[in-house]
Amino acid sequence: MENKVVRWEAISLPRACDNHPGVLMATFGNFCLLIALVLAAYNLVAGAVALRLIATGQAARISPERLADTARRAGIAGFVAVTGAAFALIWSVFTNDFSITYILEHSNRALPIPYKFAALWSGQEGSLLLWAWLLGTYGFVLRLTHKTDVKLYAYAGTILSGIQVFFLSVLVFAAPPFALLPGYVAGGALPADGNGLNPLLQYPEMVIHPPMLYLGYVGFSVPFAFALGALMMRYPGEKWIRITRVWTMVTWLFLTCGIFLGMHWAYAVLGWGGYWGWDPVENASFMPWLTGTAFLHSVMMQERKGMMKSWNVWLIFSTFLLTMLGTLLTRAGLVSSVHAFAQSSIGTWFVVFMGIVLAVCIFTYILQRGHLKTEHHMESLVSRESSFLFNNLVLLTACFVILWGTLFPIISEYVQGTKVTVGAPFYNRVAVPIGLFLVFLTGIGPLLPWRATSFKAIKRNFVLPVIALWVTVIVCLAVGVRPWKDGSLDTGSFYAVVSFAVAAAVLTAIIAEFLRGAGVISRQTNRNLFAATWLLTRRNTRRYGGYIVHIGVVVVVIGLAGSAFNRSIESEMGLHSTMPIGPYTLTCMGFTQDSNQNYNSDYAVLDVSQGGKKVFQLTPERRFYLASGQPQTMVAIHSVPEWDLYVVYEGTNPDTGQPIIKAFLNPLVGWIWFGLVVIVFGTFVALVPSLTPATAALRVPATKPAPLTPALKGGD
Amino acid sequence: MALPSSLKFWTRSVEACVLVVVICFSLGASTPASRMNTLSHQVMCQCGCAQLLGECDHVGCPDRDKELSELTTNMAAGLTDQQIMDAFVAKYGATVLAAPTTKGFDLVAWIAPFAVFAAALLGTILLIRRWGGLGGKPLEATAAGAESSDPADRERLERIRRETDIDTGSRGGF
Repeated sequence: MENKVVRWEAISLPRACDNHPGVLMATFGNFCLLIALVLAAYNLVAGAVALRLIATGQAARISPERLADTARRAGIAGFVAVTGAAFALIWSVFTNDFSITYILEHSNRALPIPYKFAALWSGQEGSLLLWAWLLGTYGFVLRLTHKTDVKLYAYAGTILSGIQVFFLSVLVFAAPPFALLPGYVAGGALPADGNGLNPLLQYPEMVIHPPMLYLGYVGFSVPFAFALGALMMRYPGEKWIRITRVWTMVTWLFLTCGIFLGMHWAYAVLGWGGYWGWDPVENASFMPWLTGTAFLHSVMMQERKGMMKSWNVWLIFSTFLLTMLGTLLTRAGLVSSVHAFAQSSIGTWFVVFMGIVLAVCIFTYILQRGHLKTEHHMESLVSRESSFLFNNLVLLTACFVILWGTLFPIISEYVQGTKVTVGAPFYNRVAVPIGLFLVFLTGIGPLLPWRATSFKAIKRNFVLPVIALWVTVIVCLAVGVRPWKDGSLDTGSFYAVVSFAVAAAVLTAIIAEFLRGAGVISRQTNRNLFAATWLLTRRNTRRYGGYIVHIGVVVVVIGLAGSAFNRSIESEMGLHSTMPIGPYTLTCMGFTQDSNQNYNSDYAVLDVSQGGKKVFQLTPERRFYLASGQPQTMVAIHSVPEWDLYVVYEGTNPDTGQPIIKAFLNPLVGWIWFGLVVIVFGTFVALVPSLTPATAALRVPATKPAPLTPALKGGD
Repeated sequence: MALPSSLKFWTRSVEACVLVVVICFSLGASTPASRMNTLSHQVMCQCGCAQLLGECDHVGCPDRDKELSELTTNMAAGLTDQQIMDAFVAKYGATVLAAPTTKGFDLVAWIAPFAVFAAALLGTILLIRRWGGLGGKPLEATAAGAESSDPADRERLERIRRETDIDTGSRGGF
């Protein structure tokens, strides 16, 4: 994402400003970072000393509690200092201060205002500053709410400050965002304009996607800090999990949204008709999501049954380390990626930091492992407990597969001297079956009761889902979906049919769970089914919010399965020439050009007709950004539930001068984005506190309660 | 000795799954069009776009058309898939293949995920069985809705909770 620095020495220009505010702002930013580093270091040292004194009961000249509070206040002040640095960089972007190298490389005068903000995270130094600021923000909130549990929060705050010391050290010593142009002196000549923002980033999602992703990445520092802190202080009970639950879920939600926004950006900008290319950076964001998801499930076992304590601790340790590993992979140039930052020396910093974190985790675990003894054991292979365990197993296997695929080129080069490519075919063969198995578990897990079950009960609970599964298979075959083609198996269609069938089974299972519970409440309270479902959900938001998230995942899977039926066509288009694709016919009505200060563009005006009638118009576009000198496509998409019509203006044939248009018909893509909406909704439901029995007094008419019926057999 | 019916069911299910997987991975494309499509998704475009040859969408790409025509030529010459891949590797190097081969060290790339999964699965099953053999610590009874003051409400809440497994949040979800 790094752009080439212009040869500013060759440009003779008037001075930017006699008072050199740019230099002042750079100095202010640097001072803010230095002050933040000192404050974070104080937070770490003073916090650690205070907590040690409290733990050992040693006497000291200053009360350890007061010392810990000064550390906490230093953390709060550190947030203010980092905010000052972030403000300085944004100010410099908006004032086009090209005396700062980072601003010169990532912005230009004509850059629209929203993308000026995006410049903050478009380069290495800025994105690290964003990371430090978000970490400071999380720490700020954590320190303000410390009264929930002063000691535990002191541990967590101190650990967070250790992480902050690392990022601020990188910013101060290895990747300074306020570095001035080499040889620049105040009042000296400055370039007339910057290199501009990478055109790939000049898209609305790019203003949201990276901060969302970073909120997810950075957010996992908080449950990590709580877990490590709770282990260090041998925190009694599982209260720390309840305290961190909201943090973990919000973080997970941010990461989920970040990943999906990235998918949508890739889909709408890159112009290849897909949304996931198994790029190392995509993989880097997906791995902590998988372990984070595993953690969210398995902590329920600890919270409810006192089981899997060591496992959970290591899951959150791994999640945090994976966020660091992903950052290392892309910033150190270890793997090639379309997202990769330029190779730099900060890879060494990350390796050392990860080594230190791992050593601290291992040391703490060995020292305190006696505190993590499980209180219960599983009693049956077929139970809710074991389904959680298998869910974790599959999620971690998927994580391993992706990590393995991402690192294998490096391993291969080390072992046999030649680098191999590990692309989509590898992941499609290995990861897709694992993913389908995971979706399958999503459905059967909630059907299994806690502790143990009988085979008869399993059969009873699985009748409907199995019927739904086979009905879907038959319907797919009836409507013409064939898992075989020309006498051989079509793997894509086969996986699609399996996905649809499993999705139908899982949806049936979840809806049946809702209806079963709502039916009982309806009978007992004389409410209608909708009101009963609402009450059911409110009375256990965690459980039913989780089910809604599962529904969202299933909807996403249906959307992903649609990719097996993608179609595309590419051709040169002259005036009034046509291009048929699926039920549509594209007719070229003309080509035109436009320009503004930021870019010139060519675009085609295409009438889209269906059944001989014009139904809408699309205008795919190709831009040429003036500052960076780079071209970029702007895809035209018409989305309906059945499919997306996706049209790309690829360019102009240099021989004929005719524009080349490529059209895709991508079935069910809209379901992916709708699935995200359902996931977000489900997560919000799960975050809302459940009604307690005291607040949920059931208002029922004073009639004789209906006789009990043994309606509920599953999941009870 | 006759197997219990539940074991028979699971044995048959596993057999069916294995059969489906074997069929899935043992059959290949046969017609020229589908073969071309399959092969073009097994090699990378060499223009540096990091895309599969069959998906490269760059106008004026210096390599896409050349590689596609080489595929067509090799297919017309009657080369097997393996020979075509070998020819591409000889010309462009091992990085032209979109996925590791199944020879030599590359085979490790394919085996490791399944080996790890199988080992973890086996370990998990053995662990649960061992725990089952040890006998789990009895669990405390589900908390009743003692918070409600009205005995009728309390009884009704308890009944609903028992039937729907509704836990009001203090002991984890699901």
